[in-house]
Formats: sequence, structure tokens, C-alpha cells
Amino acid sequence: MTLDLVVRQALQTLFVIAAAPLLTGWIRQCRAWLGNRTGAGILQPVRELRKLFRKEPVVASEASALFVATPYILFAAMVLAGAIVPMVATRMPLAAAADAVALAGLFALTRVFAALAAMDLGTAFASMGARRTMLVGFLAEPALLMVLFTPALISGSTSLIVIVRHLAGHGFVLYPSMAFAAAAYLMVTLAENARLPVDNPETHLELTMIHEALNLEYSGRYLALIEWGAGMKLLVYIGIGVALFLPWGITQSHGLAALPGAFALFAVKLAAAGAGLAVIETLLAKLRLFRVPEFLGTAFLLAVLGLLVRYLLGS
Amino acid sequence: MPSFTSVINLFAALFLLVAFAMLSQRRLANLINLYAWQGAILSLGIATTAYGTGNTHLYASAALNGILKILVVPILLRRLVRRLDVQWDRESLVRIPTTMLIGLALVIFAFNASLPIAGLAHTVNHETVGIALASVLLSLLMMILRTTALSQVIGFLALENGLIFAATSVTYGMPMVIEFGIALDVIVGVFILGVFFFHIREQFDSLDLNRIEGRED
Repeated sequence: MTLDLVVRQALQTLFVIAAAPLLTGWIRQCRAWLGNRTGAGILQPVRELRKLFRKEPVVASEASALFVATPYILFAAMVLAGAIVPMVATRMPLAAAADAVALAGLFALTRVFAALAAMDLGTAFASMGARRTMLVGFLAEPALLMVLFTPALISGSTSLIVIVRHLAGHGFVLYPSMAFAAAAYLMVTLAENARLPVDNPETHLELTMIHEALNLEYSGRYLALIEWGAGMKLLVYIGIGVALFLPWGITQSHGLAALPGAFALFAVKLAAAGAGLAVIETLLAKLRLFRVPEFLGTAFLLAVLGLLVRYLLGS
Repeated sequence: MPSFTSVINLFAALFLLVAFAMLSQRRLANLINLYAWQGAILSLGIATTAYGTGNTHLYASAALNGILKILVVPILLRRLVRRLDVQWDRESLVRIPTTMLIGLALVIFAFNASLPIAGLAHTVNHETVGIALASVLLSLLMMILRTTALSQVIGFLALENGLIFAATSVTYGMPMVIEFGIALDVIVGVFILGVFFFHIREQFDSLDLNRIEGRED
């Protein structure tokens, strides 16, 4: 019984760690196809990570311990988040340890460390990236919390396990409030993961970059850990989205028999989400930085509207 | 709980969403498209109510609203926009985040104010009266905040959409005679205001009403 739980938890955590570079590669491949290019293949991020791990990391002589510790903190926090979110099964020992609000707090923690490490050396671009990350973060976080409150109101708990059990247990019910929440969650996911309307993940253009600016001073295995962590963050966000809005197929049974099917279904959902993300990124142009508050304000508005509609209509 | 109620609720939620989208839309051409969408959602919502409750006269109301608000009025407005040559006009002075926050406050106010009314009505969709009231208030807010004459008129038309929606959710629609009368009023109103626009522009060289207010003579 206990061994069974440990095996499940280990399998999901390993899956998150292993699938993150593949997901990044899949999204890039889809974008290449949509742009009528051949693309480098799904395995390209894995090759990049291997190359970075082999290289010697260069750290500035003025760098403090925080600068060196941050990549490990980011990576560890994302592994923890990947273990907490119920992606394939609701019976998880760690999933009960933290609810959705604690998860949002975990993301905020990584953001603070990333910003502090970027400002550690005092270079202009990295500090600018840190400020922009905090701008996006402080606008996205209230919207994320509001999104989480709608399913929490429906199921009566902020624990992701209870939400999944409640939503998956009642078959398909039409919740208008959840449609609002899903739209808002999509916008928050795009902003928090530095995807296209907010930040372009494929360029290092000085004046517009956000996520890349944070990592300018990192090299070697530190950069590899950060990039890997960013991939896992995207995967965890998709995992939360699946748990909230598409919870069907997350197994609630005991034993390991249902796990392969659940993993396969989750992989299909991930692939579909990645392809959808690629379509969105192909269709949208990057917003001006000063339009980002408008974008995230709309996300917040949608989330609050979802809450209000839930409150008024009870649906 | 019958399932068509949840479909009506979905349409009501979409109605509110479009009302917000109109509030935040700067470009005139998109505003007209949104108005047509709101009309489509309204007429689908009325048709669902008619199907769910068996009130056949609501089908006529749905058809009337559909023809008028998806086809006639948007076509008239687009022609007007072309003739005035303001297709690409944008209102640059609208502060979207502030507007949205005021709108949210209005929605909360409307939802609270409508709770006793919803309790008095005995229709299946009485819960949506709060949404109808909220979209009426949002249209009023749009008429206050916008400065060009055309978007104020679209705000006025959206106001009428909200009223029809409120009537449907509280009493299954107004008597047919009144509904026809309102429809006629809307068309005539659009015609008259269309003529007005040309006069305003001839007289003041602009459709921006702020500039008219500033004149002393």
C-alpha cells in the first residue's frame, strides 16, 4: 500500500523531469512546422541541455552565493511543484501536502529568487529583466489566484485533489464560470511562462526580452538547470490546467494497474496543449511592454467575472 | 435542474462578456462586430428560453431580434461608418484598466441589487436578471466614457439589448406590440442619428463631442 504510493509519486516526478525538455522541443517543432520550416526535432532541447552540462560554467568574481544557489533552488522548486500537482492520479502522498494557493506561493518564491539573482551582479540588462519579471508577476498572481478560486468555490476546497475528484466525478457539467476561468488561466499561463504575447521565447532582442534577460549572466550547468526548470514550469502549468479544466482520465483507483493508461492520456493532453500553444504563438504578435498590464488586467477581469457568475447563477 | 437552464446561463455569461469586450474595444469597426455578436447571443438566448418553456411567442421575438441586430442595424452602421469615412478611427483616450475596474464594481452592484428582483420573478431563468441589469449599466458607462458620437450610439443600442434581455429573464419578454414598437424605434433612431452625424460633422468638423462642448458661441 505505502510502497504503491511511493512508486506512483516517484513515477510522476520522474515523468515531469524527463518530459519537460521534450515538451519544449515539441512546441518548437510545432512552431517550425506552422512557420513552414523543417525544425530541429523534438530532442533538440535535450541535446542543448547535454551540451550545457558539459561546458564549464563561468561565474563573475563579484557574484555572491545567492547567484550560484539560485539555479538549484529554481530547479528544486519546479520538481516539487511537479510532484504536488495531481497529473495522473489523485492518490499521491505529496499532492495532499499543499493546496493550490501554496502552489501559487511556490511560483512566487522562484520568481523572487530569479529576480534577486539577476540583480546580484548589477548588470543593466539583468536588472531590467528582473524588474520586468516582477511587473508581470505581480499582475499575473492575483489573476492566477482568482482563477483558482472559481473551481475551489465549486468543489468547496482549494486542494487540487478534491477539485479533481469533484469535477471528474460528476461527468460533464456545463459551468459558464469555468469557461471564464479557463480563458483567464490561458492568459496567465502565457504571461507567467514568458510565451508570446508577453515575451518572445525565441529571441534575445535586448529591448523586449524578459525571461532571457534574467539568465544573461548564467552559463554552463547553471543555465541548463534554469532552462530545464523553465520547461518544467510550463509543464506544471499545463498540468494544473488539465487538473482544473480537463480532469477526466486522472485515475482515482488504488494499485498501479491504471497508471500506464493515465500516463498515456496525460501525454496526449500535453501534446495537444503544446500544439495549441504553438498555434497561439504563431497567430499572435508580441505586445508592447506597456500593453502587458492591459492583457493581464483582462485576465483578472475574466477570472473575477467567472467568480461573480458562479456566485449569481450557481453554475 | 433542467439542462436548458444551464445553456441559458451560458448565453447570459457570454452576453456579459461581450458587454465587457465592447467597453474595452477602441476600434469602431470591431465595436460594430461585437454589437452583432451580442445580438446573436441575445436571440439565441431568447430562442433557448422559448424552447425550454414552450412560450411560442418568444420564437417571434428571437427572430425579430436576430434579423434586426445581426443584419439590419450592423449593416446600417457599417454603411454609415463608410460614408463618414471613420473605419479606422480609434478612441485613444479610453483608459482600459480603470474602465474595467469601474465595470467590475458596476457588475457587483448590479448582482446585489438584482437579488430581490430575481427572488420575486417565477421564470426559469430569473437568475440572469442580474446579468441583464449589469449589461445595462455597462452600456450606460460606455455612453458616459466614450467621446465620439458613433460609439455613444452603439452604447445606446447595447443598452436596448440589455433591456430586452432583462425583460426576457423576468417576465418571458414584453407583449409583442411593445417589442415591435421598440424594434421600430431602434431602426428609426439609427436613421435619425445617422443624419445627425453628418450635420454634426458639417458644423463642427469632428464627431468628437468633447470638442463641441468646448465651444462657447
